[in-house]
Amino acid sequence: MARAKRKAAGNVEAKLVGMADVVIDAAQRSRDPAFAIPIRALSNVSFNQRKGMIEMGSRKQERSFFNVGMAKKFMQTMLVADALSELQRANLTTSLREIYYRTKHTIKNSQENTFDTQDESDPIIEDLEVSLAVLREELHMRAENGGSVVGPLVLGDDGDRVDCARLGKGGYSVPSIVEPEYVEIQKCTADFVLLVEKGTQWNRLSEDKFWKKYNCVLLTGNGQPPRGVRRLARRLHEEKKLPVYVLVDNDPWGYYIYSVVKQGSINLAFESERMAIPKAKFIGLSSADPERFALPRNVGIKLNDKDISRAKELLNYKWFQKKPWQEEIKRMLSSGLKYELDALANKDFQYLTKKYLPGKLKDQDWLD
Amino acid sequence: MRKATARAREKAQPEVKATKAAARPARLRIAPPPGKRPAGEPARLRIAPKPPEKQPDAEPAPPKRVAKRPKGVTAEEMGARQREISVSEFFTKNRHLLGFDSPRKALLTCVKEAVDNALDACEEGGILPDVEVKLEVAGNGDAPPPSQATRFRITVTDNGPGIVRQQIPRIFAKLLYGSKFHRLRMSRGQQGIGISAAGMYAQLTTGKPVQIISRTGSRAAAHYFEVQIDTKKNEPLVHESKKIDWDRERGTQVTLEVEGRYQKGRASVDEYLEQISIANPHVKLTYDTVEGETTGFDRTVEELPPPPKEIKPHPYGIELGMLLKMLHDTGSHTLAGFLAGDFCRVSPELARVICKNAGVSAHARPREVTGEVAESVYKTLQATKIMAPPTNCLSPIGGKAILSGLYHQIKGEFYTAVSRPPAVYRGNPFVIEAGLAFGSRPAQDGRTEDKPKPKAKEEALPLAEGETDEAESELARVIRYANRVPLLFQQTACATYKAVVDTTWRNYGISQSRGALPQGPMVIFVHMASVWVPFTSESKEAIADYDEIRKEITLALRECGRRLGVFLRRRGRAQSEFRRRNIFELYIEEVVDACNRLKGGKLPAEKIKAQLQKIAKSKTGGAKTDELLGKRSGPEGLPDSIIVTEEGVEGAIEPAAPAEPEKAPSAAKARKARVVEEAPEEEEAAAEPKKPRKGKATKKARAAEEAEEEEAPAIEAEKPRKGRATRAAEEAPEEEAPAPEAKAPRKGRASKKTRAAEEAQLEMELAAEAKAPRKGRTKARAAEQAPAEEAPAPEAKAPRKGRATRKARAAEEAQVEMELAAAAKKPRKARTTRPKKKG
Repeated sequence: MARAKRKAAGNVEAKLVGMADVVIDAAQRSRDPAFAIPIRALSNVSFNQRKGMIEMGSRKQERSFFNVGMAKKFMQTMLVADALSELQRANLTTSLREIYYRTKHTIKNSQENTFDTQDESDPIIEDLEVSLAVLREELHMRAENGGSVVGPLVLGDDGDRVDCARLGKGGYSVPSIVEPEYVEIQKCTADFVLLVEKGTQWNRLSEDKFWKKYNCVLLTGNGQPPRGVRRLARRLHEEKKLPVYVLVDNDPWGYYIYSVVKQGSINLAFESERMAIPKAKFIGLSSADPERFALPRNVGIKLNDKDISRAKELLNYKWFQKKPWQEEIKRMLSSGLKYELDALANKDFQYLTKKYLPGKLKDQDWLD
Repeated sequence: MRKATARAREKAQPEVKATKAAARPARLRIAPPPGKRPAGEPARLRIAPKPPEKQPDAEPAPPKRVAKRPKGVTAEEMGARQREISVSEFFTKNRHLLGFDSPRKALLTCVKEAVDNALDACEEGGILPDVEVKLEVAGNGDAPPPSQATRFRITVTDNGPGIVRQQIPRIFAKLLYGSKFHRLRMSRGQQGIGISAAGMYAQLTTGKPVQIISRTGSRAAAHYFEVQIDTKKNEPLVHESKKIDWDRERGTQVTLEVEGRYQKGRASVDEYLEQISIANPHVKLTYDTVEGETTGFDRTVEELPPPPKEIKPHPYGIELGMLLKMLHDTGSHTLAGFLAGDFCRVSPELARVICKNAGVSAHARPREVTGEVAESVYKTLQATKIMAPPTNCLSPIGGKAILSGLYHQIKGEFYTAVSRPPAVYRGNPFVIEAGLAFGSRPAQDGRTEDKPKPKAKEEALPLAEGETDEAESELARVIRYANRVPLLFQQTACATYKAVVDTTWRNYGISQSRGALPQGPMVIFVHMASVWVPFTSESKEAIADYDEIRKEITLALRECGRRLGVFLRRRGRAQSEFRRRNIFELYIEEVVDACNRLKGGKLPAEKIKAQLQKIAKSKTGGAKTDELLGKRSGPEGLPDSIIVTEEGVEGAIEPAAPAEPEKAPSAAKARKARVVEEAPEEEEAAAEPKKPRKGKATKKARAAEEAEEEEAPAIEAEKPRKGRATRAAEEAPEEEAPAPEAKAPRKGRASKKTRAAEEAQLEMELAAEAKAPRKGRTKARAAEQAPAEEAPAPEAKAPRKGRATRKARAAEEAQVEMELAAAAKKPRKARTTRPKKKG
């Protein structure tokens, strides 16, 4: 395993050094040095029906040096590449912010800074991921630990054995890098994975030991799940053949979170291959649930203009074209209300654990 | 502070006490507003023996006295208390109306009144003013430091014609006494309150009389006076009057001792004097500061402004009551004679027509024209089309003098000045003038080093995240004048300020938040010259917001803004070329260093840098750009100071070194041709500074110069015409449209050349840009144009301007109206559609 790690590292470093070669080459041939960077936007994304995931198109953007508009970005790209290769050599991981500070300095003979804010360096790291076709983890970049997991799952992390069934209510904090080289799934006896949007509801389920009763792995990403959580869910799905159910609020953002888990996101379309779980199921909260579970109207929240326009956007996404989904979204729009998961507490504190989820699972009441 | 003041007052001379004692009972009799009654008074009123009984034949008492009082005094008692209030008494109580509200402001007001009077006197006497202002701390024994002092002695000495002996007491110690109120003529003072009010303030706060020395000529004796006001009678009290020896040949010296506070900074005596010298470059000011230093402002223009003529009132400017009074007072024997004789712009012929239209006999005796008849005359007067009043009663500063003043007192890179043609509000002619100084460092005291140091920027510390350049966010400073007098208070209430805020400076490449002053290192100068400046209060602090006035200010500001926009865009273009080269050079270092590190330090870095630099050079227009940039001084590829002329395109480039300012304004003035004789020399002067540079000069500059030379004879040939046109314009500002029409074909030739030059330059730039990859180019261009945003119009107009200046102005005026109308409805839309209509 360690060898694999090193090999990958060598590969990435070679790619980074290759960027210097582009410049040297161009200089020797009196050409304008340039990189092609795939475009990361809705316009360059397509939905692959067969694979059930979002894929990045082939359109690329030229980033050349001798162009007033791009010169600075080009220079910044080289600086970031240099910093990343330094990481490779030292075999360290780092955060986006540290990269920003590492590469920030005042350019000689001027008072211009190489970077003014972190907003300038972050996209460049993504640019490099895409154009060099390497993963963020392979670049040794980590984000903050952004989620929690609890359940009958044993992981190996840095040589430690982590039994997620013995970590109390808090569970294990999912690191941003969960590639097999870093986190090993040693044992998993669960029957399915439940990915919950909200940390609060995850806490409810964890406290009620829902995972024990129904033998599942409970995951949360505290909102839009970060890459680590998504990748872990995908690995459980792929390696342990566990079905993944997604439990989100009943609002357009909840739908979108589900779609990101299932098909991948637009911005990180290049990661879909590795992250998307096309077989993930939407377990709730559905716009049909308030009626089915007799939730009073007064626990709903009126859709605001943003919600409505977002919902209408969703209706147009290729991956929401299935009939049940169109119905689902339109039902929400026509009711004019959205519901939070927490609203279930209106019936009973443990309604989610004791009634709602068991019912859903028993009836196989989910959307695909 | 208050207590100290009171004590100081107690210590004051006994005679003041006497005056005050005399004033006190009278003061009680002035009805205080209900609710603010002094504590003592109600008690006194309650003793009243009888319930109130309003007697029908009693004199109409002020209703507020009885209105809310069930128990009160009889009409007789009230009648006994009612008596005349003297103006002086009124102002003693309401001194804030005259600008004496705080000690600091009072000090300034005293200086201001004395200086204004001095300047008015000198100018009326045809003498180049030489004014000395002396400020001292006054005290018994040891004087406190200036910042702590509460008593000051102000001495203002001028070299004016002096005052005849008999008039001295009344001028300085009688309110509403003066020469300026009853005539319609431009002057600083208007009401005859100022200096006597200052004297009264002195008397009120320190008890000291006003000391005056005046001498009317070398053969006359100098007279020394000490005067005070009898506040009850509004008559002067002469304490001392004698002949003395005075080392001056003629002039007047006023000394006031007042309570006040001295503080530097905004609205200080220092700022006031600085602003005076900006708007009055013909004045030599010597200033002995409180600290005992002698500073001053030299005269930079050696000629007096032309003396304004006195005019009669214009029929549009009077109200019915005024007409009645004039009818009563006139010396004419017939109504027609009165109309023709007592108003301007009413000919005997027109007077007869008016009488006929009003249904009154032209031979009616003016005194007998009253009531409805008078009203009918008044209405007819207002309805009749009467020529606008003559404008020779005005003496605008003139673009040249404004430029000179700004140039000497404010450090910047760009100056411009606009003097509008006369306009009329309520029958009063007025002229608006605007000026603008733009630059990275408008100096604080106006007379520091002559070289603005752009290098200082580079020495500055690198900026941390979230930090920005402070100069960018600083707000522009507006300096306002009315009849050459700086206005220092109530900025936001002033029509000037509102016009500055309402001007869309973003069109000219200046950032501006909504409803705020524009941002940037900028000083905006606005002057209103009129026979009667409509102030919002007696203390003359803000100009009232008349539509006609606001419109003129707006037009003047826009013209300034447009020229600034041209300047900024030109500079921006030159800079962006330079920056392109520059950023590549800077970034090459970074990129190669990064590559070298990536390669483990095994790179022939210097060689690669050289290779890349070679590519950079070929990409950015190569040697041509070198020529454009390298030959000029300054790190930005620009000389330190540029003064753009009215035409905007063929700007006279001049280093900021203290050269004669007369050259600077040059072409701007010439084009204006207010003083026609100056035109040819001015034109030469404009070409002058460029010549030595010709050898090295860029294509652009040469082309522009050629165009200019071509244009010069055209202008000379035009001279007689223009002269006539100007005269015509002076007489009838509304009817000047036809005159420029005749001029159009001539100028056309010259401007064609100018346009050619512009186009050549544009092409060159495009060619240079075309070499850069496509996307970058569009981006760069977009960036360049971004500040211009909605204003492609002015730029597009620039080359053609020569031909159609007048036309453009007419269009512009029409446009302003349109805009105003549109803005009222849909500000957004109006803005976007405008350029199209213009183009």
